[in-house]
Amino acid sequence: MIDLSTLSIAKAAKALRDGSLTSCDLTRAYLERIKERDGEVHAYLEVFADALEQAKAADALIKAGKGGALTGIPIAVKDNILIKGRIASAASKILERYVASYDATAIEKLRQAGAVLIGRTNMDEFAMGGSTENSAFGPTKNPHDTARVPGGSSGGSAAVVAADMALAAIGSDTGGSVRQPASFCGVVGLKPTYGAISRHGLMAMGSSLDQIGPVTKTVADSETLFNIMAGKDRMDSTSIELAQLPVPAKMRIGVPEDFLKMEGIDPEVLADFRAALSRLEALGHTIVPVSLPSLPYSLAVYYMLMPAEVSSNLARFDGVKYGFHVDGKDLLEDYRKSRGQGFGREVRRRIILGTYVLSAGYYDAYYNKANIVRSLITKDYEKAFAEVDILSTPTAPTPAFKLGEKTENPLEMYLADIFTVPVNLSGVPAISVPSGTVTREGKRLPLGIQFVAPWAGEDRLFSIGKQFLNEHEA
Amino acid sequence: MISQEQVEKLAALARLELESAESAKLAGEIDSILAYAGELSRVAGEIDRTKEVPAHRNIMRADGEPHQPGIHTGVLLDAAPAREGKYFKVKKILS
Repeated sequence: MIDLSTLSIAKAAKALRDGSLTSCDLTRAYLERIKERDGEVHAYLEVFADALEQAKAADALIKAGKGGALTGIPIAVKDNILIKGRIASAASKILERYVASYDATAIEKLRQAGAVLIGRTNMDEFAMGGSTENSAFGPTKNPHDTARVPGGSSGGSAAVVAADMALAAIGSDTGGSVRQPASFCGVVGLKPTYGAISRHGLMAMGSSLDQIGPVTKTVADSETLFNIMAGKDRMDSTSIELAQLPVPAKMRIGVPEDFLKMEGIDPEVLADFRAALSRLEALGHTIVPVSLPSLPYSLAVYYMLMPAEVSSNLARFDGVKYGFHVDGKDLLEDYRKSRGQGFGREVRRRIILGTYVLSAGYYDAYYNKANIVRSLITKDYEKAFAEVDILSTPTAPTPAFKLGEKTENPLEMYLADIFTVPVNLSGVPAISVPSGTVTREGKRLPLGIQFVAPWAGEDRLFSIGKQFLNEHEA
Repeated sequence: MISQEQVEKLAALARLELESAESAKLAGEIDSILAYAGELSRVAGEIDRTKEVPAHRNIMRADGEPHQPGIHTGVLLDAAPAREGKYFKVKKILS
């Protein structure tokens, strides 16, 4: 029997290469585990029926000496990333039966590296939410306590990795949607520099914010997947080739102290964060208090700009070109009924808010002002990174909350993104790594620490993350 | 304050059909989100962003290398709820 709990991509790839493990056995072990666990967790929307065939093909490649970095490694994919010939529903009724007509560039790269695509994971509808409760197909539960949410919007991706139902998963992060669920589920989540990974084939939510990122068990695995998926792509004009910044052996780590004094941050989360900083100091790094005075306004900026982009991006779902259709008396009514019944509540709320923010007369008061404050936030980061090599905060202000706890109050739900949102607004990269646990009602719940680097500073995140988790090369 | 009528107007603009209970609820929710965002106006102050050069610019590519006409038509139309030959089928917009 394979011990999935201690397995990483690095370890599995080594075992596959030296012949002590086959991809068929590995994939079968995950399929078994899914059968045992996913009835309760509900992290998968679909487990691909041909996963074992993919594994068989991978084994043949390895045997022929033609294996790549991921050959035979089972990876799960968030349901808003296109895989040719498979359903991509974004956990929405409006795309329930939509079959992707092409591969996302990130998927194409994973395939070229040999990955076995094992299934598509649950999420908040169109990536809008922080708990995976906004899925049209029912919520995902946190594997550490199934009365609690796994975070979101990539909650399914984080849960499958945490519950050993895949070796790694791919998610998308618009305001924290990879990092916050990684923190709630006790795994590693990366949001790369804006433009680092092509978004061709990722369903657009907030185009000035979205990035694809990996969810993994180790930082080394995160690095492996990032390096495979990164790079300029002619199909995404916002993608760029990054020249990575140098990585200092001993880093100056900035901590935005004012930001940590905000209301709503759990005292145990803060205590865990302070303990993590002490460990970093013991490793020889220096902790430096820094000031980023505009950061507390990030959520207000985000909840103006993101819905504005959502309302534009989701205009394409009209019940005519693809997806769900409801018949009305004329074309206009077809549109209104298809969209009204095809989209869920949170999506409808954001479309209305975005339409308001962009309407003549309010555009200047909200959209433009938000853009100005966004540039102040970016300047804060520029100033801070002139003094320090990386920044650090907790990833989320609380551990995983209970299902239903925040669904009736959108503002309260949005506050879960307080530490992750400013990163997307500025386009800098950040990683969440497990930092400790708290006990709630007899269950141990994971917490995460977030490291933020300057643009093109992913290598710094991998270095500090590996040191923090005491990871050694496999 | 944003009224229920305003929400219904926005819904019409956004081509969304809403139940009236939902538009009433949305008016309250959007109000509280806008109140929360109200501080932005104070923080932004009188900064004139039009004089700044944005850090991000679109990377354009030259037109050219068009694909063969029609090679993607079939697969794209297969996703449509209704089609007629090579076209999407929609209702008449002029009566």
